[in-house]
Amino acid sequence: MHTNADKKTTATPPVHRELDVETIRADFPILNERVNGHPLVYLDSAASSQKPRSVINALLEYYRRDNANIHRGLHTLAERATGAYEHTRTHIAKFINADEPEEIVLTRGTTEAINLLAYTWGEQNIGEGDEIVVTEMEHHANFVPWYQLAQRKGAIIRRIPITVCGHLDLSDIDTIINSRTKLVTVVHMSNVLGTINPIAEIAAKAKKHGAIVVSDGAQAAPAMPIDVKDLGVDFYAFSSHKMLGPTGVGVLYGKRHLLEAMPPFNFGGEMIQEVRFDKVTWAELPHKFEAGTPNIADVVAFDAALHYLEDLGMENIHRYERDLTAYAIERLSELPGLEIQGPRETEQRGAAVSFTDPDIHPHDISTFLDSHGIAIRAGHHCAQPLMRVLGKVATARASFYVYNDRSEVDTLVEALKDMRKYFCL
Amino acid sequence: MSSSLDDMYRDIILDHYRAPRGSKPLPMADIHSDGHNPSCGDDIEVNIQVEDDILKDIHVNCKGCAISVASGSMLAETVKGKTFVEVQRIAEVVKAMLKGDEVEIPDDLGDLDALKGVRQFPVRIKCALLAWVTLIEGLKHYADDPKGAKPSVSTEKED
Repeated sequence: MHTNADKKTTATPPVHRELDVETIRADFPILNERVNGHPLVYLDSAASSQKPRSVINALLEYYRRDNANIHRGLHTLAERATGAYEHTRTHIAKFINADEPEEIVLTRGTTEAINLLAYTWGEQNIGEGDEIVVTEMEHHANFVPWYQLAQRKGAIIRRIPITVCGHLDLSDIDTIINSRTKLVTVVHMSNVLGTINPIAEIAAKAKKHGAIVVSDGAQAAPAMPIDVKDLGVDFYAFSSHKMLGPTGVGVLYGKRHLLEAMPPFNFGGEMIQEVRFDKVTWAELPHKFEAGTPNIADVVAFDAALHYLEDLGMENIHRYERDLTAYAIERLSELPGLEIQGPRETEQRGAAVSFTDPDIHPHDISTFLDSHGIAIRAGHHCAQPLMRVLGKVATARASFYVYNDRSEVDTLVEALKDMRKYFCL
Repeated sequence: MSSSLDDMYRDIILDHYRAPRGSKPLPMADIHSDGHNPSCGDDIEVNIQVEDDILKDIHVNCKGCAISVASGSMLAETVKGKTFVEVQRIAEVVKAMLKGDEVEIPDDLGDLDALKGVRQFPVRIKCALLAWVTLIEGLKHYADDPKGAKPSVSTEKED
């Protein structure tokens, strides 16, 4: 592999640098699109981010120069493809400060990573009367697999509630996490409220009772530095496509001793060591969990996304998003009646800002904004239990990333003003 | 304003949305039916007072997007005072029209014609359909078992 991204492997992340958004925007070809006669204002990165040219090129280059199946061919292309695929795994391990690449299992996405965990670790370790602790702000991807597991096993789901400000309410945490708790799973950053949860603090509580700690990092991994050791988690899941990478790639980080004790998820090629008619043994980590031909090209291109993020610096990204989110909340607060969900202060908050209008349904908001070229998300955001807690059927959500700027927030706010005139006169 | 947006939110639709018809609750009703689209969060309740074979009065209570509210309001306006047979025919025509089936649209549909624009927005068709499917289920249920429990319907598949 000889992509531009690879040449930058040794670059050290810059510290305390302002993002040069104009330069960043020039790296994203899609931002030149016009939508319904307006320049695209893409405020839906929490659903899926856009991709820089380096990622798009890495994908093309892989198919042009290196494409082959991995781990079994003995020819040059197979070696190149295998090398590139495994290079991304090593890079991911470094990106989240895992001990070794063997702790990185590649999946189709966060959802598959969590299902893998529920079907392997969960099947093996959860029994009748055991307790699984979730929070009220989980995405369905980090709730339904555990709910299903609890149904199968006769286990009990307990939940950490949220405060009116949109933080986790930890006042009863010592009752909720107790000696019957086997697993505690907490979203690192809420896709609806934007809240960044105190994973390390909750993990410490869980550890006191010997419980396993899982965190859904789908929103956090794109937005801030991730250190799985500082977080104190046993498992951490996230997706490439929300962090400038291709769709169809997810990551399950797991501590080696836990992954080793787990049974395989899927069975077939690649995941075996030896197969006889009367005996099958499993491959070593992480291949035990990666049956069949994986999503090679997208994994290879994910490496370029990680490079792009590292070149910007995750700390810089986090700081930039905080500033932009504070500005968005300030501007949105000007709109009469508009209700913003989640924390107002941006210290423990990411760049997903959900809001509701007292009179206009989120789907009408989204359709109206789309006619102005503005892409937001409207609906329950795959968090129906949270919607119930908030007393909403749906919200509109604007989410920001490295290529968004204040002028786009202004465009959103002006369009929302026009919307009131359009629907309410 | 883009033309397709105004195609969906026609003036007639916005008028119904801002001042929904049939919003006055009925003292007593013979037909009750509920519609619910959990993914959208659209909720509708249709109550009808029957006299002989005429739908004498109707109350539609809809909480949802502009399209679902306007569709429910148009439904209330359209079916009031019509016979069962007429209403069933209209409801089936509207359903077919929204789903994009080739149907002959009768002249007496009035404002309902404005719903055609919704077809350009495939994800919103279910919003316009909800009131009509809720009505159809209510009528069917009333014909089968007038005293039975009220039906509950949805026009969206589970996500």
